[in-house]
Amino acid sequence: MTTNEALVKYCLRIGDSSLILGQRMAEWCSKGPILEEDIALSNIGLDLFGQSRTMLTYAGELEGKGRTENDFAFKRLERDFYNNLLSEQPNGHFGDTVIRNMLHSAFYFHLYSALTKSTDSQISGFAVKSLKEVTYHLRHSAEWTVRLGDGTEESHDKVQESLNNIWEYTEDLFAMNEVDKVLISEDIAIDLNKIRPLWNDTINSIIERATLTRPEDGYMQKGSLNGMHSEALGHLLTELQFLPRAYPQDKW
Amino acid sequence: MNTTKDIIHTEKQIWDLLSEIPDPEIPVISITELGVLRKVNILNNKVTVSITPTYSGCPAMKTFEDDIKTKLKENSIFNFEVLTVLNPAWTTDWITDEAKEKLKKFGIAPPINGSEDKGILFGSTSKTVDCPLCNSKKTKLKSQFGSTACKALYQCEECLEPFDYFKCI
Repeated sequence: MTTNEALVKYCLRIGDSSLILGQRMAEWCSKGPILEEDIALSNIGLDLFGQSRTMLTYAGELEGKGRTENDFAFKRLERDFYNNLLSEQPNGHFGDTVIRNMLHSAFYFHLYSALTKSTDSQISGFAVKSLKEVTYHLRHSAEWTVRLGDGTEESHDKVQESLNNIWEYTEDLFAMNEVDKVLISEDIAIDLNKIRPLWNDTINSIIERATLTRPEDGYMQKGSLNGMHSEALGHLLTELQFLPRAYPQDKW
Repeated sequence: MNTTKDIIHTEKQIWDLLSEIPDPEIPVISITELGVLRKVNILNNKVTVSITPTYSGCPAMKTFEDDIKTKLKENSIFNFEVLTVLNPAWTTDWITDEAKEKLKKFGIAPPINGSEDKGILFGSTSKTVDCPLCNSKKTKLKSQFGSTACKALYQCEECLEPFDYFKCI
């Protein structure tokens, strides 16, 4: 695998995760529990779509086959998506969304911090920019995790259940393959084993402050690097891709 | 105003020309005051305009780009390119002092310089954002996310009005 091929896949991995979680945020639009949260979740979605556009566009440039961000977002099938399994999990209730976003943004906070030192200037520029945004996302979900976890008995039990239910999808964040091997050797990407302890520290401190209990690792789902997804992704894509598939010739 | 069709040919002249373009959401400030316009370069008669996004997903970026293209064409400049650069990343520190004053008059509390709004996890609430309407210091953060990606929502505890705060990044 050449560096270029590896970097295309790496960009898709990041771009797809932002796109899919962004779509989940968009699903909240007009359905937020309170107006401020409706706006907050939509705003987070907007940031994620912006990040995704940068990565998918760059992937297209590197690939050199003329594919655009729209081609990647709207014309690929489920098995060609590389987003992590966590990002595609359904919104559930507000607490489910908060817990998923907290685990997700804690990972990207540390990943982007590391990628600011990438030897690829597009990746490092993207990381500097995105880090500023994901910092707000992490703070938002961390504060809500504490409010709900350390809230009433009912809210505590609900988000503990959210955490227990989604835990099996967290390991997939740290999956690596040949792509990582190639890019790590050129200091373009970071070894995710170095991100793991940072992620652990961050989420442990949030979980503790929220008076929640970190679940034990049981069977952990994996497979996103090979395009193996949970059943949730297909349903999400039908909505995301409906318009351009129904009217393929139409332009924005 | 030029009454004759002078051909604008220096980088400074083009910069000044583009400085007339307002932010589509906050029309009291221009793209240069906001810090979105980064560079104007002329090489072999080709004009390259570099801009940087405030937030990755800011919908105004497309408008900025279109407005720049329109402005250049209106002034008979056709050989140009608009580039989006990500590095160095935009920061609220680039908003000029005059623009901050304009923001305040417009009803948006300007970003408070040099003070990051974001502790990594749990933000400190020590920062005082003055109410742009009654100048009271008794204000409260309602939400980190406001009417646009770049703003947070505050409320004044004295005049009770909600207002936008341009958050620091």
